[in-house]
Amino acid sequence: MNAPLSSAEQGSLSASARQAQVVQALQPHLPAHALIWHDEDTVPYECDGLTAYRQRPLVVALPETEAQVAAVLKACHGLGVPVVARGAGTGLSGGAMPHALGVTMSLAKFNRIVKIDPVSRTAVVQCGVRNLAISEAAAPFNLYYAPDPSSQIACTIGGNVAENSGGVHCLKYGLTLHNVLRVRGFTAEGEPIEFGSEALDCAGLDLLALVIGSEGMLAVTTEVTVKLVPKPQLARCIMASFDDVRKAGDAVAAVIAAGIIPAGLEMMDKPMTAAVEDFVRAGYDLDAAAILLCESDGTPEEVEEEIGRMTEVLRRCGATAIACSENEDERLRFWSGRKNAFPASGRISPDYMCLDSTIPRKRLADILLAIQQMEIKYGLRCCNVFHAGDGNLHPLVLFDANDPDELHRCELFGADILETSVAMGGTVSGEHGVGVEKLNSMCVQFTAAENEQMFGVKRAFDPAGLLNPGKVIPTLSRCAEYGKQVFRAGQAMPFADLPRF
Amino acid sequence: MTTTALDEIVERIRAAAADRATLSIRGGNTKAFYGEAAHGAALETAALAGITSYEPSELVVTVGAGTPLAELEALLAGQGQCLPFEPPRFAGGGTVGGMIAAGLSGPARASVGAVRDYLLGLTLVNGRGEVLVFGGQVMKNVAGYDVSRVLAGSMGALGLVAQASLKVLPVAPAEATLDFACGQADALRLLNEWGGRPLPLNASVWRLRDGVGVLSLRLRGAVAAVEAACAQLGGERQDAERAAAGWQALRDQQHPWFSAGAAALWRLSVPQTAPVLDLDGAPLVEWHGGQRWYLAPPGESHRVRAAARAAGGHATLFRPAAGARHEARFDALSAPLERIHRALLNEFDPDAVFDRGRLLPATTTAH
Repeated sequence: MNAPLSSAEQGSLSASARQAQVVQALQPHLPAHALIWHDEDTVPYECDGLTAYRQRPLVVALPETEAQVAAVLKACHGLGVPVVARGAGTGLSGGAMPHALGVTMSLAKFNRIVKIDPVSRTAVVQCGVRNLAISEAAAPFNLYYAPDPSSQIACTIGGNVAENSGGVHCLKYGLTLHNVLRVRGFTAEGEPIEFGSEALDCAGLDLLALVIGSEGMLAVTTEVTVKLVPKPQLARCIMASFDDVRKAGDAVAAVIAAGIIPAGLEMMDKPMTAAVEDFVRAGYDLDAAAILLCESDGTPEEVEEEIGRMTEVLRRCGATAIACSENEDERLRFWSGRKNAFPASGRISPDYMCLDSTIPRKRLADILLAIQQMEIKYGLRCCNVFHAGDGNLHPLVLFDANDPDELHRCELFGADILETSVAMGGTVSGEHGVGVEKLNSMCVQFTAAENEQMFGVKRAFDPAGLLNPGKVIPTLSRCAEYGKQVFRAGQAMPFADLPRF
Repeated sequence: MTTTALDEIVERIRAAAADRATLSIRGGNTKAFYGEAAHGAALETAALAGITSYEPSELVVTVGAGTPLAELEALLAGQGQCLPFEPPRFAGGGTVGGMIAAGLSGPARASVGAVRDYLLGLTLVNGRGEVLVFGGQVMKNVAGYDVSRVLAGSMGALGLVAQASLKVLPVAPAEATLDFACGQADALRLLNEWGGRPLPLNASVWRLRDGVGVLSLRLRGAVAAVEAACAQLGGERQDAERAAAGWQALRDQQHPWFSAGAAALWRLSVPQTAPVLDLDGAPLVEWHGGQRWYLAPPGESHRVRAAARAAGGHATLFRPAAGARHEARFDALSAPLERIHRALLNEFDPDAVFDRGRLLPATTTAH
């Protein structure tokens, strides 16, 4: 539906003839090993971290230099062939799912750290460098890269830029957007381009803010300059138990209302706690209805002061038990369960679907209670981990994909959570992106005119619509088919002047 | 913000689109000096005033674009919260919409971020008169493109911001200002060195005072952290009240340095580690080295821009010298960036209703 090729173009060539044509066009620009198209070789690229959606690409290109990236883009642009850029493929929304008639461009070979500059506290890295590798390289200077998505051991900075990734520390340290100074890359036409700079702003519009989080649809990123920040001297974590989810939700709001910005503020419900305790044996309170992890970092004096204030607030909010990490081992143990929520869920269920909506903090308990009702309605279990501090939910709906009815109920369950989140004043994706997974939900969050304006942004960067087409923004017809399209009171309907019926 | 007020604005925009007329969006008109000259009939946002919602525990305020900035800041202060990026107010009377459209940030910018970093979502009226909502009231939101943030600093060229949701933060429990007597090069070295240490840095300014270089450093954070940093860094601790007044004057450019003579005022945005620039006169240095103000006689445009570019940054003719002939205010864009800019303007405002020349003159020469 969002396919960029006209039906005439598609119809004029069979897929295999198109493949031959693309291979021939790319061969002069790439070493033989950097161009693959046989089915058995392209299988590993057929999905990203969202394995439920699969598509074999026409061709996979693995450029090693920026010149090769430019050449691949130019050749594809000349032929009108879509290009899907891909990092480590850890994304959770199908943002890197291939296009059936397109080239998947793996940037895995761009894995060089170009420069760590302790004086300017910046790192210049190629797009395929892993998130954690940046912090590891900066560690000798007592610096690190702050955004820490749970997949940081594997995910790449290029992917982080595409998704505007967050992590458990983004309440205090910000998202990718707040920690990237400059993105270097190529337009859909293969023209080199830079967004942002090593200064704090640029002439003209802030296109860097638009490119970050655009899921590879506006430009191809090859090099990123990130900010590094001093490593806090100390971090300590409080683990607090609550016998009621509403009390836990209120405690989250109370911590913020007290003027505290914790380095991390996470929540797990009872089923999630049971699942992770079984997996990591961290000593979690299995009787608690919800557990909060609340972290403070900074100088030892600062942390002591803040831990005192946090403890007081949590106690006042009715915490039934409070433990504070006394050393780094203990702190990491407190976090081990939270960090392993996904694999722990994988152990208790054949499949799980992870959601990623965000709601205003004050609605935490409301959404948890609503999800409990949905468990009954759809006959499926759900474990919940929340980045509570920023209202970002990760409900994990457990199901068995081999049972078509369970899969169907799971999809309805997920859509219900997203729509409820929007109704509570939230958004369908906090950090995982829309990709292909949440295209329908975009119809619920945005009006037709809003989606059309986003298509306009896409056209401004990529007039031919060749970079990762079909992702993020739903077409009008898709929303019509889904049967849901939001109209806002007091706002113009699309084509409001058009007579209807 | 009432629906009627918004409806009237939508009508004006639609009528202008039909008549091929140009509208110049105007809030408090306190930054008329900034950017290229305005053209077209004024489209006032004053009627879009009012706080839509504010919940301190959510750290979010949603406010109409015509709301006076002073009103918003007073509201936040009443709850012990603030806009940490300290938008400059210049003469006073400015609005929230103007703050977003100009995209300017004050002394704390290098440590805490800019307007765009605190902009969570907004209601926009585009050149077709469509009322569009992007972003939201939550901290994390990757549903669709982050359209709202590109409005920060867009100078009214993409559309009219009717309402915005801003992230706010608690006022830091402690603050201290330390003065150090040192030259510009030493100040830059010290700032970059301190930046690599876990210190509660918040703002800095270096300038000549009676011919002697003085670096003022503002610390903000937990009481313990500020006290520990004061002990560690030395310097001369300033009287709190006087220091606060000084930072205020700097934020609003009421500081005497900015009113020195008939020269043009240039804003150079460069990497914080850029060395002392090869330009005449002593600058006023903010943002831990990232923002350098220069006063230059008319006709120095080329030299100033070249110096900024050589350092990896850009230069803005912030206030031209009185009576000087027209010179471009902003640096020219690279060819691919300029193409995307023009295409974006056409997508948001196909009939060029909004005065885009304020941001991007009709013809520019790319370097």
